[in-house]
Amino acid sequence: MRLLLPNPGLDDRIHSYEDLERMDKEEAEDRPKWDNKAQYILTCVGFCIGIGNVWRFPYLCQSHGGGAFLIPYLILLVLEGMPLLLMEFAIGQRLRKGSVGVWRAINPYLTGIGIASMLVSLLIGLYYNTLIAWIMWYLFNSFQDPLPWTQCPLNENRTGYVPECQQSSTVDYYFYRVTLNTSASITDSGGLHWPVVVCLLAAWTVIGICYIRGISTSGKAVYVTALLPYVVLAIFLIRGLTLKGAMTGVKFLFTPNLMNPTTWLDAGAQVFYAFSLAWGGLISFSSYNPVHNNCKQDAIILSAVTGFTSIYAATVTYTIIGFRATEKYEQCISENIRTLLNAFGVPENSITTSNYDEAFLHLNSSHPDTILGLDIKICDMHKLLSEGVEGTGLAFIVFTEAITKMPGSPAWAVLFFVMLLCLGLSTLFGNIEGVVVPLKDLGVFPKKWPQEALTGVTCVVAFIFTLLFAQHSGLYWLTLFDNFAGSVPLLSIGFFEMIAVVYIYGVDRFNEDIKFMIGHKPNIFWQASWRIISPLIILIILVFYLVTQTQQQLTYLVWDPDSEEFPTLASIPYPPWINAVIFLLAGIPSLAMPLYALCRLIFVRVPATSQLTSAVHLQVLPQNL
Amino acid sequence: MLEKVLFLLCLTPALAQEPCFPGSSHAYKVRISIKTALGNQAYVWNDNEMYLFRAAMAFALRSYHNGQEFNVSNIMVCNETPRVSFWFVVSSPENSSVLLKKGDVENAIRKSRNRINGAFLLTDQTLEFIDIPPTLAAPVMPVTPPWLIVFGVVMGAVGAGIIFLLVSSLVQSKRKKNKKTLDEDREDMRGIENGLGCDNLGGVYNTTFSDGDKFTPM
Repeated sequence: MRLLLPNPGLDDRIHSYEDLERMDKEEAEDRPKWDNKAQYILTCVGFCIGIGNVWRFPYLCQSHGGGAFLIPYLILLVLEGMPLLLMEFAIGQRLRKGSVGVWRAINPYLTGIGIASMLVSLLIGLYYNTLIAWIMWYLFNSFQDPLPWTQCPLNENRTGYVPECQQSSTVDYYFYRVTLNTSASITDSGGLHWPVVVCLLAAWTVIGICYIRGISTSGKAVYVTALLPYVVLAIFLIRGLTLKGAMTGVKFLFTPNLMNPTTWLDAGAQVFYAFSLAWGGLISFSSYNPVHNNCKQDAIILSAVTGFTSIYAATVTYTIIGFRATEKYEQCISENIRTLLNAFGVPENSITTSNYDEAFLHLNSSHPDTILGLDIKICDMHKLLSEGVEGTGLAFIVFTEAITKMPGSPAWAVLFFVMLLCLGLSTLFGNIEGVVVPLKDLGVFPKKWPQEALTGVTCVVAFIFTLLFAQHSGLYWLTLFDNFAGSVPLLSIGFFEMIAVVYIYGVDRFNEDIKFMIGHKPNIFWQASWRIISPLIILIILVFYLVTQTQQQLTYLVWDPDSEEFPTLASIPYPPWINAVIFLLAGIPSLAMPLYALCRLIFVRVPATSQLTSAVHLQVLPQNL
Repeated sequence: MLEKVLFLLCLTPALAQEPCFPGSSHAYKVRISIKTALGNQAYVWNDNEMYLFRAAMAFALRSYHNGQEFNVSNIMVCNETPRVSFWFVVSSPENSSVLLKKGDVENAIRKSRNRINGAFLLTDQTLEFIDIPPTLAAPVMPVTPPWLIVFGVVMGAVGAGIIFLLVSSLVQSKRKKNKKTLDEDREDMRGIENGLGCDNLGGVYNTTFSDGDKFTPM
């Protein structure tokens, strides 16, 4: 495929090979540099492995049925994830600029891709750090025994618990009422909830200090934030496997369901998000590498590590989920036994867990009316294993409940939330890199400002924006951002990136670059995937996503103590003005590239032609001396 | 006459039995779950344990109604099941045919609940008086919320770190500036030897031996 769009002036915008060699030998570049290769790899691993690996991947794996999901996931990891990864690594290493600089160098009309990456990184960073703030709140509150989410407050006359807590559960109450003070709808903002504000302040300060000098400080922080989660996961794995019911959970995770066409779609989307592609952070990070760094090896290593970690985290998560489900199941059965014993007045040990089923059948056949009046709950293990196992529900409700049932709960709670904190922080480093460096390249900040000032200003401004999530309706705003800011825009940016590199920069030039950097051309697998396979996969996923999103009714789940389905979350439609917000979140970043190209075409092209001719003259003169 | 005597004779036992029946407005149901509470160390419920229960009830009523001397005979039990649940009523010590109101019995039990539980090694949940809810223990709340302490520690450390990093980078940049001006002075000094400037000697300045940097700034 020799399709190549005309791209004049490309050589003037990028370093030539001689320049690169010279910069490499003399180390004359003024860009920051990695202290060693390990720092770079750990930063990328930390960036890719985030909270989603703990609470998104295991849910997908289980809902599509373990084995049936892993195969599409691993196939798409290789066909879609790895080529895009190598492409971002190589282009960053070759052009040695952040995401805006890279696309501007390839063609000034493509700067919109970089701007889109920056906007997406900013929007995702805002709500991601709110999650970090919530995690910090739980972490700060884990240093006490008993844990605060094991207790319900009493009502006024001390005869019972607060009804909201009584009807749901202590963990639900603690999350929705104490931590967030959730209102009943997104329109009901209800003012700021100060514990969240305080934790947001803590979260942005921690990010600020870790990134205060750019990668020279964050590169040191990743030694902890990227490695500690693996250690904690190992501890949890050992603890989890010794718990009762762990293997039930793991079996449930890996038992295949019927093959669903959406399995491939979900697997593809998950691979895309897992690799943090199109955020711009990876391009920035690899631009700090030495010129001859073996980026192909890095891409393969990173893909393998991400795949392995996803499965590893999923296994650990499901041992804990299996334990919790078993505990709840046994509790349910015990309660039913108690009800039966009390109603029929039979001695205590006549009905036990082992003969519960026969006893129940016997009693049901002999006294059906009494049984009906008793309100015996149906104890469904399958339902218990499937409930609340995604997203915030997993971390703050299911896991916290499971931890309270383990001996030594505060220690386990601290470990768990420290792990989540590290996972989140290391992803945020890449995120903030994808925001600060493009802003610097675009000239939003004055050139004289040191890195500390850039980080400081970014963190302060972002803190003010995240106060949106500190409102009582913050949870609903966060879910909105999660659903719309991070899905369609990333896919469209990824698609444009591939098209830009393959058909505007030129895949032949790209191959030559890689040959220059690592010594050999990428083989037929990479060629086929860059030119056809990966763009096609992304396009298919994008189209299906758009189709399903537009067909869906815009509803969301609310915590409403006055609703009939309480404690189950009620589903209510969004208010009509939400469409404008969704357009801002998803539409603007996706359309940034065509919009910028159009604007440049209209406003910059005509006066630029005269500038271009004079620029050419200036370039020619010194060489003639 | 004889029939009247017979009728009265039959009636009295009936009357004596009549006060304690399930659902009576003066009766309380008690449910005891020994095996749930004690597991392997559960004792067997027998008449002696029942006697202890009646004695405990009498004790509770005595401590609540100061002065009135309740006896074990004032506590009547009926409808015992193998579950170990039964109903009981309390009669007044002065007049054994008058039953105590539920409210009084309830208050007496509430007051001495812990002692009654303790006598049987049980808890509020395993020695249940139906319709008497146990007073719930307030949730444990430490004086200073622990999260504030941890938050303070973390923010203090982070704040100190930020100040340290900012100060050290300011110091570094100042040092670099001083070094730069020092280097520039040294370069200016290179053209002067033995305290004499080259141009003072009246010679031609030979550019071969000086740094070209001065003429071709980068």
